[in-house]
Amino acid sequence: MRHIISILLENEAGALSRVAGLFSARGYNIASLTVAPTEDPTLSRMTLVTSGSEEIVDQIRKQLNKLVDVVKLVDLTDDDRIEREMLLIKVCAEGGERDEIKRLADIFRGRIIDVTDRAYTIELTGDGSKLDAFISVLKSRRILEVVRSGVIGIARGNGACVAETP
Amino acid sequence: MDRGVTAVELTGAEIFVRCLRDEGVEYLFGYPGGAVLHIYDALYKQEEVKHILVRHEQGATHAADGYARSTGKPGVVLVTSGPGATNAVTGIATAYMDSVPLVVFTGQVMTSLIGDDAFQEVDAIGITRPCVKHNFMVKDVRDLASIMRKAFHVATTGRPGPVVVDIPKDITAHKTAYVFPKDPTLRSYKPVREGDPAAIRQAAALLVSAKRPMVYAGGGIVLGNAAPELTALVRYLGAPCTNTLMGLGGFPATDPLFVGMLGMHGTYEANMAMHDCDVLLAVGARFDDRVTGDLDKFCPNARIIHIDVDPASIQKNVPVEIPIVGEAALVLRDLLAALQATDSAPDKAALAAWWRLIDEWRSRQCLNYDRANIEVIKPQFVLETLYRLTRGDAYVTSDVGQHQMWAAQFYKFDKPRRWINSGGLGTMGFGLPAAIGVQLAHPEATVACVTGEASIQMCIQELSTCKQYDLPIKIINLNNRYMGMVRQWQEFFYQSRYSHSYLEALPDFVKLAESYGHAGLRIDKPQDVEAALREALGRRDRLVFLDFITDQTENVYPMIAAGAGHNEMHLATDRELA
Repeated sequence: MRHIISILLENEAGALSRVAGLFSARGYNIASLTVAPTEDPTLSRMTLVTSGSEEIVDQIRKQLNKLVDVVKLVDLTDDDRIEREMLLIKVCAEGGERDEIKRLADIFRGRIIDVTDRAYTIELTGDGSKLDAFISVLKSRRILEVVRSGVIGIARGNGACVAETP
Repeated sequence: MDRGVTAVELTGAEIFVRCLRDEGVEYLFGYPGGAVLHIYDALYKQEEVKHILVRHEQGATHAADGYARSTGKPGVVLVTSGPGATNAVTGIATAYMDSVPLVVFTGQVMTSLIGDDAFQEVDAIGITRPCVKHNFMVKDVRDLASIMRKAFHVATTGRPGPVVVDIPKDITAHKTAYVFPKDPTLRSYKPVREGDPAAIRQAAALLVSAKRPMVYAGGGIVLGNAAPELTALVRYLGAPCTNTLMGLGGFPATDPLFVGMLGMHGTYEANMAMHDCDVLLAVGARFDDRVTGDLDKFCPNARIIHIDVDPASIQKNVPVEIPIVGEAALVLRDLLAALQATDSAPDKAALAAWWRLIDEWRSRQCLNYDRANIEVIKPQFVLETLYRLTRGDAYVTSDVGQHQMWAAQFYKFDKPRRWINSGGLGTMGFGLPAAIGVQLAHPEATVACVTGEASIQMCIQELSTCKQYDLPIKIINLNNRYMGMVRQWQEFFYQSRYSHSYLEALPDFVKLAESYGHAGLRIDKPQDVEAALREALGRRDRLVFLDFITDQTENVYPMIAAGAGHNEMHLATDRELA
């Protein structure tokens, strides 16, 4: 089953490679991984999407928690949550295609953020399946480049995955 | 010099030495080189931290490891950058697999050169990452003291393990005020100490309800100093107790409740009791594949309680009904109290029936060997004699292979921290340098290094270290002219095709020992074994290398083939393996 895990980790050189190294050393899957500093510059937020049986995901959570750089870990999978991913896609747009592609982008609430006489670059945000759907309707055109950010997520409501204040 | 808090400006190298002193470090095992010369200069100017010069950095890590395992205190290592660091990796990985507290300091090229492929530069942090509990790079001399304090804290608390601190050379020249940090806590590192009281009460209830209870205790008992608590609990339960290879000495081997080691070369009674028990109490053990055999056939009838300080060890390989995270000594103490507080007591009649069954298994005498043989030295006989002559009170280090298994089977350890071996990683070459650390920590004790002619040659250069520091280690070399365990597997599983397991061109170990300034003896007749051991043990002032020429074809029994179940053992009398 797919799991989305939110991790606060020390914003230190090497912290990311400890997480990545753990996954490769123990043969766990990573579907996506995003990381960036938080409002507290000593902390980074990592969002990790993985999959496996309940036993394996349980081990993944425990092994992540064992890393000294991991300050807090929350598995968002069972929570009511919001997930977002951003897509930047560059697609060939010439002649009569241009209007059609613009209409498709509008339908998906995408924005054209760069234009040349031969191509559009479109920005689209949503959950993974929405991005997949948009890519698939563009499949019949000539896609020049696809860039996806990886998933980020947050729990709905008042609960927050933050470091305990000392 | 005054201790502690006065803020004097010191160089990084001086701070390094002061920190070691303030941590109470007695011995530093190391080898100098370019990147650590400032530190070596600071070491030269003081006498409190004693530096032990090894002959190879692998030896430094193993010696520090032996020191740590035999004392419970962290072992401390200093090596230079590049090859100094890479040579130390085998020892770091060895300590990691067996959860031994080490703090390893690696020199690094100057900060300005990092990443330039400078002379003797290696990414020590990257190389050691998968085999350390944690590692740090010092980027500012003002962080040095606090990082060192954290390194010792992380290495020695929770599930212990090695910590590497990489120190660029310029950091050791920069100056700052030195203050020994009082509080080493890290916000992201808070190991659990006490077990959950509700789970402990549940465990107690399950244990008293057991008809065929079994206690399976591992290295966590030794590392967690929990032998007294384990012994008290097992005696209260009246249950059979087995130890893993790492746990030997955690429960007295001469106690009638002890059924021997379990696993691949465990006793018949221990493995059969594992297979047939109805409640299994696992403490400080990690259900290693050499212990469990085929997981589908593991303890088929048992409800399992697992106590471990590392939550990730629980439910990793085997599903467990009652997990308890906490330090073994504290949880076992509370568990005994919970048992004593319940109304019911262990079922005496059921236990009596259970012990009748176990005694039947015991009567198979699975460790029997050809004692009547007067032609050729049986390796088991050497170890039995060593046990008898040292009255079971020696520190025994070992290398890896058949001799290791025989030592585990035939030397009955009644006390923890006496049996020092590389269980998890299985590092040949461990025994001799480990014995250096043990002998330094226990100068008056008998330290025997049980080894084989293949293993001993992997760190043979440390004989020179032994000479330099006058360490009267007794080397018991069980020389069968084969990599014995490899040969055994080739006999069983490769139709006796002994591919590259015969050691040709062996040195004359007696002359070799003598050339290093030690005494050497070759023994090739069973009737000379005892006299040779007596002579060696009597020489309190010298290292004696005893080269026992042993039976070339002896195998370790019992044996569970990899992937078989506990009740599918092969005994010496069976001879044939499936």
